[in-house]
Amino acid sequence: MTKILLAAVAAALAASAAPARAAEGARLDAIEVNVHNIASLQSGARTFVNYCLNCHSASLVRYNTLLAIGLTDDQIRDNLMFTAEKIGMPMAIAMTPVDAKEWFATVPPDLSVIARARGADWLYTYMRTFYRDASSPTGWNNLVYTRPVMPHILWQLQGERILKEEEMRRDGKPILGADGRPVKVIRLEMLRPGSQSTAEYDKTVYDLVNFLAWMGEPTQLERRRVGIWVLFALVVLVFLTYFLKRAYWKDVH
Amino acid sequence: MANGATTRNQHWALRLFEWVDARFPLSQLWKEHLSEYYAPKSFNFWYYFGSLALLVLVLQIVTGIFLTMNYKPDATLAFASVEYIMREVPWGWLIRYLHSTGASAFFICVYLHMFRALLYGSYRKPRELTWLFGFFIFLSLMAEGFFGYLLPWGQMSFWGAQVIVNLFGAIPFVGEDLAIWIRGDYVVSDATLNRFFALHVIAVPLVLVGLVAAHILALHETGSNNPDGIEIKARIDPKTGHPADGIPFHPYYTVKDLFGTMVFLLVFSVIVFFAPAFGGVFLEDNNFFPADPLKTPPHIAPVWYFTPYYSVLRATTDELKWVIGIAVVVFMIWALLRRGSNTTRMVLLGTGVVLIAGLFVLDAKVWGVLLMGGSVVIFAFLPWLDRSPVKSIRYKGWMYKLALFLFVVAFVVLGYLGMQVPNTLLTRIAQVATIVYFAFFLLMPWYTAIDKTKQPPERVT
Repeated sequence: MTKILLAAVAAALAASAAPARAAEGARLDAIEVNVHNIASLQSGARTFVNYCLNCHSASLVRYNTLLAIGLTDDQIRDNLMFTAEKIGMPMAIAMTPVDAKEWFATVPPDLSVIARARGADWLYTYMRTFYRDASSPTGWNNLVYTRPVMPHILWQLQGERILKEEEMRRDGKPILGADGRPVKVIRLEMLRPGSQSTAEYDKTVYDLVNFLAWMGEPTQLERRRVGIWVLFALVVLVFLTYFLKRAYWKDVH
Repeated sequence: MANGATTRNQHWALRLFEWVDARFPLSQLWKEHLSEYYAPKSFNFWYYFGSLALLVLVLQIVTGIFLTMNYKPDATLAFASVEYIMREVPWGWLIRYLHSTGASAFFICVYLHMFRALLYGSYRKPRELTWLFGFFIFLSLMAEGFFGYLLPWGQMSFWGAQVIVNLFGAIPFVGEDLAIWIRGDYVVSDATLNRFFALHVIAVPLVLVGLVAAHILALHETGSNNPDGIEIKARIDPKTGHPADGIPFHPYYTVKDLFGTMVFLLVFSVIVFFAPAFGGVFLEDNNFFPADPLKTPPHIAPVWYFTPYYSVLRATTDELKWVIGIAVVVFMIWALLRRGSNTTRMVLLGTGVVLIAGLFVLDAKVWGVLLMGGSVVIFAFLPWLDRSPVKSIRYKGWMYKLALFLFVVAFVVLGYLGMQVPNTLLTRIAQVATIVYFAFFLLMPWYTAIDKTKQPPERVT
């Protein structure tokens, strides 16, 4: 099982005691998003539709946008569309904002551009650092977003973990921080394993985040493709105009 | 070509041209501003940014027109309409990224263009009005950027506007009412979005285009400066009757600027196509959260081109007021000791007394707003602050070179700090940078007057 160490541990602990929100100093696990990995995007789309799209909408994205990640009309219609009737409809949800306010006290954010707002690393770490916390209303807490309103929606896959706090030791002696107190390390320990191994779960979350990153800007593939040609044309024009300028300026001394 | 009788044998295009030219000063304008506008032949790298700023202005207007075709200035629709442009409108993503990157490019070009003026003294007599028109272009551009930044209606749009409009609330007596008048509401809201849209798409651009025309007309009246800071009109070639060191703007500088344009577009395209958010600097991450009046982001920072002035605002604490106080006292002692008429002395002393009184009456927040405004407005006074006998840095002494270097460092440091979450150390650094920033301008009459200068050459080099 992976140990999740935090850089600014003391700060994170202080923050987790505070009611509102999150540990700014929490170290995020970095990932390399790859929107060319079609298999990963499709797997992420599946996880997204099955787990996220019940409470969270992606109302700026139409279902048939998913054609761009190699899915067919029929695949989208049969496997991914639960609430919408037409493939050109946006990924909306049945829950109204008014209901959401009543049930969760807040409206779950639309996830269309969440990867652009939060960043892939944040999402990847967030979805992997839930732990059991009896003091939280949902019974769950999180290392990067303290006391999220959202319970750990993928807990059956990841399993249930609890927070362990240990003093860091070197040669049997506690390491002291700048404030003279022992430096503490946070570790998440598995209480009950889920249906996926840690490696499998990390992959599931990676695919999900990869999909969110693609969904945040579905035109990004086209953007880079066009960009290559534009740069190529401009390099040619830079040379042409350079020699044009030289030719005109021959007689200026 | 405009004179001579039109005959049936002439090409129709030529006849059309002559028809127009008899009714509109077409060839006259062409000659005065292009083919017979004599510019110094020694323009270097820094002289590209004027024409590039003009290019970006056109780019912003054209892309802006297309954006307005799909953008909805409505608090409930604005955020989604921008994403609609990004996703559903054919080539909408390109138009939007050109516009958002163009905003930053505009400021980069204008800042470098202004820096060129600082290098070669382009603001000095007889080009003070060109500089002033340029200053007002800069002001309008800041207004344009500020109004435009609200339109995507993200968290940074909303809270950035909220913070800046609230600054007006710091003005004594009328502040609160003024802030409400600007917003059209007690908080930034749909009413604010609508009026900012109107200001962004028509009011400010009209002013901007008019000022640019005035800027160029004033420049062409006096003629362009050059890296040597000498007047090419002072030496007319007797054979041609034109400045000996001048060359016609067209075709020489049109082809040269065409090359500059291509290089610029190359760099610009790298950003537009491969890093349009520019790591969260050109498009801030937080702005991908829709505006939420109930959720204040933990860290509010304006876009990068405003951060130097924002830093000045944040650096103005009660401690900095002491520094201002000391500076004012030194100024008053100097005013007492200087030679000159008693009236001038009294005016200077009076100003000092008013400032000292202001330090006691107004709190640090108001002073912050004043200093922030001052850090922008002070550029307008440059032509009268510089007392050096020469224009160009090439012939100025070490004092001006050092001062300009420190000013650039302070400007960049302030800009960087304005994006960071402040802490005690960073605030201290920002305060030092603020003092350096203002010292560059306020001490300029003194250090440029005593600085050892070299004799500029007769002809451009």
